Amino acid sequence: MPFSAQPPASGERYALSASLDNARHLSSLLRAVHFQDHATCFATASGLRVTVEDAKCIQANAFIQAEIFQEFSVQEESVVFRVSLSVLLDCLTIFGTSSLPGTSTALRMCYRGYGYPLMLFLEEGGVVTVCKINTQEPDELLDFDFCSTKVINKIILQSEGLREAFAELDMTSEVLQITMSPDKPYFRLSTFGNAGSAHLDYPRDSDLMEAFHCTQTQTNRYKISLLKPSTKALALSCKVSIRTDAQGFLSLQYMIRNEDGQICFVEYYCCPDEDVTEGEL
Amino acid sequence: LSRIGDELYLEPTESGLSLRAVNSSRSAFASFLFAPLFFQLYEPGGAGPDAELFRCKVHMKSLLGIFRSLPSLEKSVGKCLILLKPRASRLVLQLHCKYGVTKTHNLTFQECERLQAVFDTQRCASRLCAPARVLAEAVVHFPPMLAEVTLGTGPGGKISLRNYVEDEAEPSKTMVTELWLAEDEFQSVAVAPGSHITFCLKEFRGLLSFAEASNLPLTIHFDEPGRPMIFTLDDTVLEVHLVLATLSDLESNSQSPSTNGVSHLPAPSDNFADDLESYMAAMETSEGPSEGPPSPTFPLRTPRPAESEPEEEREEEEEEEEGAVPGTPPHKKFRSLFFGSVMTPGRPSPATTQEVLAEDSDGES
Repeated sequence: MPFSAQPPASGERYALSASLDNARHLSSLLRAVHFQDHATCFATASGLRVTVEDAKCIQANAFIQAEIFQEFSVQEESVVFRVSLSVLLDCLTIFGTSSLPGTSTALRMCYRGYGYPLMLFLEEGGVVTVCKINTQEPDELLDFDFCSTKVINKIILQSEGLREAFAELDMTSEVLQITMSPDKPYFRLSTFGNAGSAHLDYPRDSDLMEAFHCTQTQTNRYKISLLKPSTKALALSCKVSIRTDAQGFLSLQYMIRNEDGQICFVEYYCCPDEDVTEGEL
Repeated sequence: LSRIGDELYLEPTESGLSLRAVNSSRSAFASFLFAPLFFQLYEPGGAGPDAELFRCKVHMKSLLGIFRSLPSLEKSVGKCLILLKPRASRLVLQLHCKYGVTKTHNLTFQECERLQAVFDTQRCASRLCAPARVLAEAVVHFPPMLAEVTLGTGPGGKISLRNYVEDEAEPSKTMVTELWLAEDEFQSVAVAPGSHITFCLKEFRGLLSFAEASNLPLTIHFDEPGRPMIFTLDDTVLEVHLVLATLSDLESNSQSPSTNGVSHLPAPSDNFADDLESYMAAMETSEGPSEGPPSPTFPLRTPRPAESEPEEEREEEEEEEEGAVPGTPPHKKFRSLFFGSVMTPGRPSPATTQEVLAEDSDGES
């Protein structure tokens, strides 16, 4: 079926149609959750949410609110589809990934509805590319049931302090252990690798600590291979909030400022590893 | 030290903390001794004044991982605390970083015997001292993967560096690089005339980078071929030794001139530009100049300047010397360094014998 290089007339009924002057506002966020090939996209009047999951243990969500887009319209109550995130990212960055100041790729995204492909129209410097990405049945997603009332411990850190730590995590360790406590060591990240154990301690009065609300000492272990991808989100973000609930579920929320100064969020949820034991000190 | 071996030996002594490494063929040994003054606090510890100080070895990789990025260390780390806990079987390295952040690494270690190569700089007939920069600039002309170089002395006090070419190497596939340094480039020269010595360049490069970075002059002590060559760096709070086995010169006795017998080659005169021209001219014509730079020798050829065979043209080829395995001196003729037994570090090395005394110190009970 031939399709023209022109975006469809606005009179046509599309379940989702959106315009974005700078596709990087979307692609950089999606990269921060790109640890699996497929993602589930949700569109509501408030904006777009892209969810990626792995091993039934970890879930990452990227939120791009409607205000970020120049135009954002959702005709149905909610629009859900599954799509290849790798392909979507390749298309969004089809003009290259280097960010020269002043040049940006414009995006128009259209989705007719269930069974239809996701259409992307990308333009840079007068050159237009049209992409048609097949959509699939959305997966059933995990519900971590993580709400603020169930939070036991919460801290907010400046991302700068964690970036290097996450980039240099000892990957020979199977787990990343997180200790949060009203007493010493306050906030500790630990690994247990081939060379020995390593602990990274952040005191509650550190300049990096923006908020510290720990009511109970908790030590939880998470599979390091599942959390390592969150380093991408950390690298983009300026602040991160780390929360755990009574079951040891971990919520990491990253506040990301894009090139235009607008705020977006990426969050990661992770289940604790099976054998939860007190860590070595 | 990581350029020498895969394990780092830590030995706290009364005179400071000694870090050492040895390579797998025991032909290279290095030690860094940090005096107590180097540290803010230095407690070699031990249960009592007579108790032997504990020593251990750790995997080099574990430590390299901790001190991975020098720029970021300089930026964010204020203090480093090193604790050796024999009872907990842990070597603790704690980095105190900015923003109050503390990074604690608890490394496993292995107990070990004392690692000490037996050498004596006093017994070396020749000594050179040069700023690290001079040597670094000289060494840069050799291919990065080059295994061995020969250091030689010539008339007029000149010092030469030349890559070592094995006998079996094919002349057509061999590139020979030779450079000469004038005596005044060195801070001191006290060498036996006509001497030469061949050693492994790769293991030396690590020390050279360190010397350059710390801006310390490098002293080279050497003796006859086959006897260890010692490189030292000295500072008020740091003493560095690198001991390398050298190629013994068995061949040069039977075959004269030896393939790398630098002593048989006339050194270039001081008028280098003219020399180079006449040298190049000599390559192209069949008559060599009566004096002037020598043609490079290839194995099994006598090094007469008037060499006119077409083989000389092959010197123009860019092909590298055939693959010496970097890192270990593959040559059978390199002797292992003499490694003293645990108890007597100061014993003078047996002078006459060429026997290998390289005891595996780990095997000693």
